[in-house]
Amino acid sequence: MADLSIEFCGIKSINPFWLASAPPTDKAYNVVRAFEAGWGGVVWKTLGEDPAAVNVSSRYSAHYGKNREVLGFNNIELITDRSLDINLREITQVKKDWPDRVIIVSLMLPCEEKLWADILPLVEATGADGIELNFGCPHGMPERGMGAAVGQVPEYVEMVTRWCKTHSKLPVIVKLTPNITDVRAPARAAKAGGADAVSLINTINSITHLDLDQMVAFPVVGGASTHGGYCGSAVKPIALNMVAEIARDPATKGLPISGIGGIGNWRDAAEFMALGSGCVQVCTAAMLHGFRIVEEMKDGLSRWMDEKGYTSVSQFVGKAVPNTTDWKYLDMNYQVIAQINQDDCIKCGRCYVACEDTSHQSIAQLIDAAGVRTYEVIKEECVGCNLCEITCPVQGCITMVPQETGKPYMNWTQDPRNPRAEKVAETV
Amino acid sequence: MMIESLKYMPHPKEANAALAEHFTDLAPALNARKAAIESSRCLYCYDAPCTRICPSDIDVASFIRNIHDGNVNGAAVGILKQNILGGSCARVCPTEILCEDACVRNHDAEGQPVKIGLLQRYAIDNMSLDEHPFKRFPSTGRKIAVVGAGPAGLSCAHRLAMLGNDVVIFEAREKSGGLNEYGIAKYKLTDNFAQKEVDFLLAIGGIEIRHGQTLGGNVQLKDLHTQYDAVFLGLGLGASKQLGLTGEDAPGLLAAVDYIAALRQADDLSQLPLPARAIVIGAGNTAIDMAVQIQRLGAEEVTLVYRRGFEAMSATEHEQHIAKENQVRMRTWAQPQQVLLDEAGRVRGMRFEKTAMVDGRFGGTGETFEIAADAIFKAIGQSMDETGISDPLAKTLKRDGEKIHVDDRFRTVLPGIYAGGDCVAPGQDLTVQAVQHGKLAAHAIHEDLKSMTASITAAPKVEAA
Repeated sequence: MADLSIEFCGIKSINPFWLASAPPTDKAYNVVRAFEAGWGGVVWKTLGEDPAAVNVSSRYSAHYGKNREVLGFNNIELITDRSLDINLREITQVKKDWPDRVIIVSLMLPCEEKLWADILPLVEATGADGIELNFGCPHGMPERGMGAAVGQVPEYVEMVTRWCKTHSKLPVIVKLTPNITDVRAPARAAKAGGADAVSLINTINSITHLDLDQMVAFPVVGGASTHGGYCGSAVKPIALNMVAEIARDPATKGLPISGIGGIGNWRDAAEFMALGSGCVQVCTAAMLHGFRIVEEMKDGLSRWMDEKGYTSVSQFVGKAVPNTTDWKYLDMNYQVIAQINQDDCIKCGRCYVACEDTSHQSIAQLIDAAGVRTYEVIKEECVGCNLCEITCPVQGCITMVPQETGKPYMNWTQDPRNPRAEKVAETV
Repeated sequence: MMIESLKYMPHPKEANAALAEHFTDLAPALNARKAAIESSRCLYCYDAPCTRICPSDIDVASFIRNIHDGNVNGAAVGILKQNILGGSCARVCPTEILCEDACVRNHDAEGQPVKIGLLQRYAIDNMSLDEHPFKRFPSTGRKIAVVGAGPAGLSCAHRLAMLGNDVVIFEAREKSGGLNEYGIAKYKLTDNFAQKEVDFLLAIGGIEIRHGQTLGGNVQLKDLHTQYDAVFLGLGLGASKQLGLTGEDAPGLLAAVDYIAALRQADDLSQLPLPARAIVIGAGNTAIDMAVQIQRLGAEEVTLVYRRGFEAMSATEHEQHIAKENQVRMRTWAQPQQVLLDEAGRVRGMRFEKTAMVDGRFGGTGETFEIAADAIFKAIGQSMDETGISDPLAKTLKRDGEKIHVDDRFRTVLPGIYAGGDCVAPGQDLTVQAVQHGKLAAHAIHEDLKSMTASITAAPKVEAA
């Protein structure tokens, strides 16, 4: 079985699966259970200044799928609501008991250097492997000038990062908020401040759903609600894009990334890593299924690596980054056309109605004398949009087949149909 | 009662309450959770095969999606719009050869169909409407006679009433519902559902049911023809076919439908006459219903005998499975040859002749065997009760074989007289088909009458509602 051990910005971990800073890492009891289950590391739930934060009830809500599976998850919890002293003592003990496991301590304080200078030695004294700066929490804390309120201002990100690098020898991981127009700006700022790594994404401002009888959103707190932080499977596409943006940005290229956002199985993890994440952090999946899921994640990743001939994680980290580019560099001459495998087709007609109503009318519904329906692609009309493949309930029944066009690679900057072709080409 | 000829027999050993336990829902209803899971399996097909095959044009994909979206009332009204007896059809339809057979999830790679019948039942059973979902159109001032308060007649009456007509239903029996009330196994329609459904249907208003009115008896077609603007015949198949053997009228030998009706109407199941050993002759759903029910009442040995093989049975595989599960013995390739009587002239068994297909021809082999039995139930099919249409006017109805001929708008050859359901040639003899006939006939009647009025008054057409 492939070796899953990694080294992430100088921190050695027996596997790339860490628990993200969140309720599962709020106290020793949970963290010990996680380590017993096999997690490589944890980011201890965010510590702040005393007195500790106070939480409301209720705190979580969810966006459900057709079978009540949780697609997305949302919370309005604040940082740890236990005292700094208790947390520090527990961190010290757990690290002592589990020396081969990573403990990163998440921190959040107001933007005053003295506060950071005071807390950092205390954290360092626990024996923790690194710190993570929580610049992402989107609810509650921003109202107090922390969390996402900092993460949204690159100057603050850089400033606080620099303080931490000044007052501590520990590796500094800057956790970024997705609640921003261009995630590259705070990432660049983190790097400029001396960050050893960035982690992303934190949660996204969200309202999952409403109680239409009470006319209030979830989670309900005494008849009212507020936006929460969205996470879980549904945010994975957003997180993957942000990871890729940073991985391929010349300004932050090579900056270690800890990928977070909707990772629930080995494949999700492999995808984040292929886009440049040196390790991954998991929370929602563990909250929904318990810590045991790491077992299948490790097994799946390791077996996949064996199949592909990878002997270490570093061999595929970032491997998909060069294939992630701007739209204008995509090959205008590449063409795929849908193909329906008639043996697999169950004749539900979903591809047909989707294409007919909303796309390019490139699927024909043929009805024979016995009333049996057959759906066939009209090749001349198909633009290769994938909609039929996506609507088809049978995996693998509709495939997008590359066509031999005989034409060479030509991107938009080279395309004679682009009225600004030369200009674009010049500026590249 | 028609089962007088069995009155010398013992009664079931168990008390009524215990027996009732054997006649609870054969296919228990889905709860909300199960309905949610099952409805999520529906792919919401375009031009859905389940909808295409439904004899009563229910938009299956739509109602299932409504269930899943928590719009149970919308689902129910969607069903009732096409099939006002959607609740009983959900229970008695052979879904395994209709919608569920057409479901795309039957594909080899998919496993099993969506449980459409149970979902339909879920929608109807769980609707919570403040008022009858269908409003009557402005009155047409017309009055239409419907003969038979079975599925066809009720469906026709409801649709006619909705279209603004007044309807009088003439029904021979004490209760309405026809097959649903009298002819279906008790465990398929529990909790007096047939009657409740009739009550719901009648709530639209404008429908009067007169019981004890027998066509050819105290009601004559020619009178209805002259007294009403139109007549719909939903006669059903009231007469049991005969075996054509001597001893057919002996005590202990009777039509399965008569016993089923008695069982359905019994207040106390423990008072029913119960043979220890019974033979059921036939291979349709009535034969299965009969055999299973008498087994459940406590008969020791029930043998269903059919002259051909399993594959030729009109009872579906699902029905055959129910019979097997209930320990009904099934004997194929045998035909009745002689009713065996004891000294008192009562049934003591039957002699059968083995049959076979020889060179593509079906026939007896000459080899015989006997089965001892205390009662024999024949379920070899039903036919129209000819006395109902024996008056001079009715005699002029054109026939297709034994059935009444109708055109594609359910018109008989007599102007103003329509027919539908089991008494006409088109379609399968299914409840859902009868409902569809009644509905379509109602539209034909309504439009024919409207165009007659229009041509007389030459007034421009006014679209109702």
